[in-house]
Amino acid sequence: MANSTTKEPLIHITKRGLLPWYGAWGIRGGAILLALIFCALVTTVVTGQNPLSVYVTIFNASFSTQRRTWVLVQNIAMLLSVSLALIPAFKMKFWNLGGEGQMLAGGLATAACMICLKDVFPNWAIILCMIVGSIAAGALWGFIPAFFKAKFNTNETLFTLMMNYVATQLVAFFIIIWEVPKGAGKIGIINQQTQIGWLPVIGNYKYLLNVIVVAVLCVAMYIYLGYSKHGYEISVVGESERTAKYVGIKVSRVIIRTMLLSGAICGLTGMLLVGGTDHTLTTSITGGRGFTAVMVAWLAKFNPIWMILTSFLLVFLQRGASEISTVFGLNQSYGDILTGIILFFIVGSEFFIQYKINFRHAAGKEEAHV
Amino acid sequence: MKKLVALLLALTLCLGCTAAFAESKPNVKIGFITLHDENSTYDLNFIKAAREACTALGMVENEDFFIVSGVEESEDCYEKAADLADRGCNIVFADSFGHEDYMIQAAKEFPEVQFCHATGTRAHTEGLDNFHNAFASIYEGRFLGGVAAGLKLNQLIEEGKITADQAKLGYIGAFTYAEVISGYTSFFLGARSVCPTATMEVTFTGSWYDPTKEQEGAIKLIQDNCVVISEHADSMGAPSECENNNIPFVFYNGSAADACPNTYIVASRINWAPYFEYIINCVNNGEAIATDWTGTIDTNSVVLAELNEQAAAPGTAEAIAEVEAKLASGELKVFDTATFTVNGEALTSYMADVDTDPAYTPDTEVIADGYFHESEFRSAPYFDVQIDGITLLDTAI
Repeated sequence: MANSTTKEPLIHITKRGLLPWYGAWGIRGGAILLALIFCALVTTVVTGQNPLSVYVTIFNASFSTQRRTWVLVQNIAMLLSVSLALIPAFKMKFWNLGGEGQMLAGGLATAACMICLKDVFPNWAIILCMIVGSIAAGALWGFIPAFFKAKFNTNETLFTLMMNYVATQLVAFFIIIWEVPKGAGKIGIINQQTQIGWLPVIGNYKYLLNVIVVAVLCVAMYIYLGYSKHGYEISVVGESERTAKYVGIKVSRVIIRTMLLSGAICGLTGMLLVGGTDHTLTTSITGGRGFTAVMVAWLAKFNPIWMILTSFLLVFLQRGASEISTVFGLNQSYGDILTGIILFFIVGSEFFIQYKINFRHAAGKEEAHV
Repeated sequence: MKKLVALLLALTLCLGCTAAFAESKPNVKIGFITLHDENSTYDLNFIKAAREACTALGMVENEDFFIVSGVEESEDCYEKAADLADRGCNIVFADSFGHEDYMIQAAKEFPEVQFCHATGTRAHTEGLDNFHNAFASIYEGRFLGGVAAGLKLNQLIEEGKITADQAKLGYIGAFTYAEVISGYTSFFLGARSVCPTATMEVTFTGSWYDPTKEQEGAIKLIQDNCVVISEHADSMGAPSECENNNIPFVFYNGSAADACPNTYIVASRINWAPYFEYIINCVNNGEAIATDWTGTIDTNSVVLAELNEQAAAPGTAEAIAEVEAKLASGELKVFDTATFTVNGEALTSYMADVDTDPAYTPDTEVIADGYFHESEFRSAPYFDVQIDGITLLDTAI
């Protein structure tokens, strides 16, 4: 008997079939719950605080004042915007890890317009230049790796990643040129007195414009991917390039076109950050969103509407973790530790959605059942 | 009966005490924003002073005062400042030069809250009632540190370890603007006041806190044969490297005697506690806070951390005390134009950019009575003259 001669391992892992959506989200929800319990446990051990107050703090970080809620919404909008930029490329199985660089390129173009054109054009023209310039710069940053992928089949993961560093260095270079005062290494708030090139504020809500732009973008992307010819071509190329060629889709054209779009939206996000809210340019203005967005997109299985939820989740937990370190008088790095724990659980949950762990006796029962 | 009277007396005394204590606690909430956390010596100096000043006034952390560390010089600073105002703070303080624009942004939005900013330059031109700058005449402290470094150079010359013309100092600066220039120049002038053949090399890191770059800076200076080193950057990168190479150094922000017992000589630092007490009392008493506040040796804002006898040259303590008294009395001026030259000539007139504008237009004559009037027209330094004897290694960063 095979069973008696080869010793069955205690644990073995098998691939799951496709889970229904509630099953997958159940696992994800469970992972977040576990992450929160674990975070509270760690915080309690470290600080001796009541674990409940840890949850209250996480909640307060986003909802205790109107301002905090707005900051939460703004951060969700910015993260969502980059995620929206990435998904057309991801659906095509083009791994665009260059969101950071494409955003910085857009932000750099925006800052250039705000600084260099402030005495040249009227305000509306400057804003127009900012929009066009940032979209063009982001698109260019997306086009370069796409062109090389389409023509020479270079590795887009590495290429887009490297383009981030080029953009960061370019931004660092221009910061030195535009720094105020000379030698300080910072641009500070651009046109603080005149507010030239600042995007208009709707009512008293500083972040509302960004939120509206991203909401429109979200719906548009949903329609583009799900109901347009382009969207269909993208999924065909993603599923199989050969099939795409067979049905007469020009693969290289789709790759370049999609990356132009992906980069353009990243560039626009950079413009919203520089012109809309921050009014400055730093090498860290993107806040790592280009990478966090990869997770947002993956967790939502590239669905723009689900991405609202996943970006909320990540921003909410990140802000909570940072608030814990402030309120409990811990080092800011503690916030990063908690974020790390949470992300570990969330990424881990994807494993359990794909695979199933079988224990020896459970496996035995299954066989008996069969 | 006697017992009862005694008890009553004791009780009233106690009640009186607690009442007096409760009364003395100011009715003020204050929030402190720092660029980095306690690992940065610069921010640690602020954090310590904040705790010291507030607890001395009977205030309790996270109830009456809040410390938010690791706040970038970006929109983050505005958000944290506004958040502190939302939490009911009457005063919000930020410690880094690059925080200024965001503090002004918040000050405009919360006219009833006082925003105080260390090292900034714009309060006197911004025209806001609730935005204030503060600094200290730390160039005097650095001058004293320079005296200690110069005496060390003399000792090395006397011992025959170097010749008089090899008396080269090294200095690691963060950025290339006035605050840093004023700092290394005063350090150099202090050293040269006791060691006339001293020269100096300055290297820049382009960051306030970058242990690796500061260490690399120290290595570069040591390779260039600098024999005593000082710095204006905020990590332990350079001191550790100096300790490993047995190069004596003068520190900033606080003592490094524990980590570097063989090479740490002395450190100058700004004691911010007097300023914090001042602003808390101002708000508590409903008085206006000075637009520009410059702490001095007299206000106990410019102080030296412990002198390490093991590394310092003999007689350093006495020499420092003597010079300190002269600085405090005004007999000695750090930027005495008789003590330095620019391109070989004495400086008789200098228009400084006191009112910061994008074009750096010089606007104020700052030389009078034979010396450069530093930190008098505004609290933050504006001495940005390149004097002879100092070589800048890498300014193009």
